[in-house]
Amino acid sequence: MNTNIETFKYDNRIVRAFAIATVVWGIVGMLVGLLAAAELFFPGANLNFQFITFGRIRPLHTNAVIFAFVGNGMFMGIYYSLQRLCKARMFSDFLSWFNFWGWQLIIVGAAVTLPLGFTTSKEYAELEWPIKVALAIVWLAFAVNLFGTIVKRREKHMYVAIWFYIATAVTVTVLHVTNSMTMPAGWFKSYSMYAGVQDALVQWWYGHNAVAFFLTTPYLGLMYYFLPKAANRPVYSYRLSIIHFWALVFLYIWAGPHHLLYSALPDWAQSLGMVFSLMLIAPSWGGMLNGLLTLRGAWDKVRQDPVLKFMVAAVTAYGMATLEGPLLAVKTVNSLSHYTDWTIAHVHTGALGWNGFLTFSMLYYLIPRLYKTQLWSTKLANYHFWIAMLGMIFYVVPIYVAGITEGLMWKQFNPDGFLQYPNFLETIVHVVPMFELRAIGGTLYIAGVFLMAYNLYRTAQAGQFEPDTEAQAAALEKTAPVRGRPSFHRLLEGKPLFFTVLAVVAILVGGLVEVIPMYLIKSNVPTIASVKPYSPLEVLGRDLYIREGCLGCHSQMIRPFRSETERYGDYSKAGEYVYDHPFLWGSERKGPDLARVGGKYPDAWHFNHMDDPRSTSPGSIMPQYSWLLTQRLDRDALPARLAALRRVGVPYPADYENGPAQKDLDTQAAKIVANLKQGSINTAPDREIVALIAYLQRLGTDIKGAPVATAAQ
Amino acid sequence: MSVVLILILASLAVGLGFVCAFVWCVRSGQYEDTTTPSLRILTDEPPPKTGAAKKKLK
Repeated sequence: MNTNIETFKYDNRIVRAFAIATVVWGIVGMLVGLLAAAELFFPGANLNFQFITFGRIRPLHTNAVIFAFVGNGMFMGIYYSLQRLCKARMFSDFLSWFNFWGWQLIIVGAAVTLPLGFTTSKEYAELEWPIKVALAIVWLAFAVNLFGTIVKRREKHMYVAIWFYIATAVTVTVLHVTNSMTMPAGWFKSYSMYAGVQDALVQWWYGHNAVAFFLTTPYLGLMYYFLPKAANRPVYSYRLSIIHFWALVFLYIWAGPHHLLYSALPDWAQSLGMVFSLMLIAPSWGGMLNGLLTLRGAWDKVRQDPVLKFMVAAVTAYGMATLEGPLLAVKTVNSLSHYTDWTIAHVHTGALGWNGFLTFSMLYYLIPRLYKTQLWSTKLANYHFWIAMLGMIFYVVPIYVAGITEGLMWKQFNPDGFLQYPNFLETIVHVVPMFELRAIGGTLYIAGVFLMAYNLYRTAQAGQFEPDTEAQAAALEKTAPVRGRPSFHRLLEGKPLFFTVLAVVAILVGGLVEVIPMYLIKSNVPTIASVKPYSPLEVLGRDLYIREGCLGCHSQMIRPFRSETERYGDYSKAGEYVYDHPFLWGSERKGPDLARVGGKYPDAWHFNHMDDPRSTSPGSIMPQYSWLLTQRLDRDALPARLAALRRVGVPYPADYENGPAQKDLDTQAAKIVANLKQGSINTAPDREIVALIAYLQRLGTDIKGAPVATAAQ
Repeated sequence: MSVVLILILASLAVGLGFVCAFVWCVRSGQYEDTTTPSLRILTDEPPPKTGAAKKKLK
């Protein structure tokens, strides 16, 4: 027996830093969300200020709450629990602080660039490539710090929470790298290396797993640590928690395609995503029950203690969201729910309930301990709980109603076989009151966070911060040599770092192998002969479409339902998107699908509609885009952009960008200006609106009219 | 759909990594005792001197 007792110190400073960041960014992210919510029923809420239009702040809101609020909350909980579970201080104080400041800088970078319109348009991966690179570096620093701490641990058994943290660190790295394969075209502009359907698949493989491995696995690890601690009793079944982990890890990564049901993605991939999603119910509910049953016999404590109250609500929300998720992944349900607000309600059950409540409970648990005192006011914390609960209900219930209403109205036919609501606008105007109610819910929820911030501040004031907690433990025994010949696994034993290096190398080798087929872009996607690359003006127009975040409200993917083909035209085919870097299918319809909007309205209509949507569509909730009418098109960027597009496989002729492209751009712009003149609108050909109109008028026209001829492979 | 290959390989790499990790866990005796770890985390810190609210149950 090793009797070499060592004394060491847990680092509390880093935990406090992340705790403060969690509260601050939580408030910021939620306020941005509230503004976005307001803009949906009061389109003038951006005061005609382009940097805070819905399309630009929606990604800001999602990034802020995911990476800033939950991200900092996750680091706070991990840095606190990992040290105690490993009986060791963090591997490197430098890496801890590099992780902290690097993460905050990235958040600031996001808060500046997203409103400016620097976005890749890929959901939850909107940050442009320099920030993506920074993110990878900071994340790796965190991973090294995590594994370093595990290596120098003084507790042989790795508690299940640690495994959830490992899964987070490893998988997020792989996801981020794979989805960030992008071709720079200047400092804050890049094009996805994948095109169309392939880009969509990679994006939602990432998008789904970002939810799985950024919002779920780390928080499950935290639940397995903080819930037993707060209840002061062991987890109901430790074995079940182990099964929960391994089952989740093996199933989660295959479920991504359920975001693309009924799209142009091959059917088998859709079914694969659906089946794995359904299987996920088992481990998720196992975990939820394990959490709730931990409290058996302790429900009297739940009545008293706000920490436990928040935890119970969080775990319940986890259970609700993980039952609903697989159901939404069933094709039949998805045909109704997809593109509607149902999805928004679903993610907010998870975000407000699971992540939000668990974060609050951790803060209420940690701050008094870090400051060696008791919570300033339990009563205030209880108020927070009920206000947050009410806020969540006021948020999700109206949005569920809105989502289902939208889905049903879009699909409704009258007895004569025509669409009951042929004008998309009718269906959105109908649910605007729900959007208003939602904002009330959001306001309540944020009010609760302010109460918490005040309570925690007073707690900190009353206490004395303990920068380091002293602890003692025996050093880990070196593995004794065992009789018999050493097996391979013995080489790995007790060497998680070595093992991890092996795993990473394996992944990297796999990655290299994968890069090669990327250059076989054309294979498998049936190429439609009439689909051509975008013209230079259309490329710039498409970039404006991306900059303004149009895809936040407009999809470009018509599903093969009669209700959709009646409304929008022929259903979308994979071959139509082969030049789409990135894909712009979107995931939400607050406005109609635009995949076939080209030629549907005259140029002048688009001009007026952008200037003031309500002049052409009374009651529309779309913001005004009047700056597009005045701002000059950045045509200097054209050569770099066309070159980047060619590098990712768009067949522009060699040297096209130097000369001929500019000429083509002028010709097309002049034509649009002439068209506008017919509608008695005078505009200069070098305005942004001209490029946007060019792009919109191109959408879906490639295969219009003519029968689709599929080129031989 | 050549990108499917990328995703399958990446997913398999992650999956295989975790299979190895699982094998390591089982073989190195991580799961020989599935009772005490859940109890041990409850005693990982000395009880606070001021007697925080959470600790009032004995």
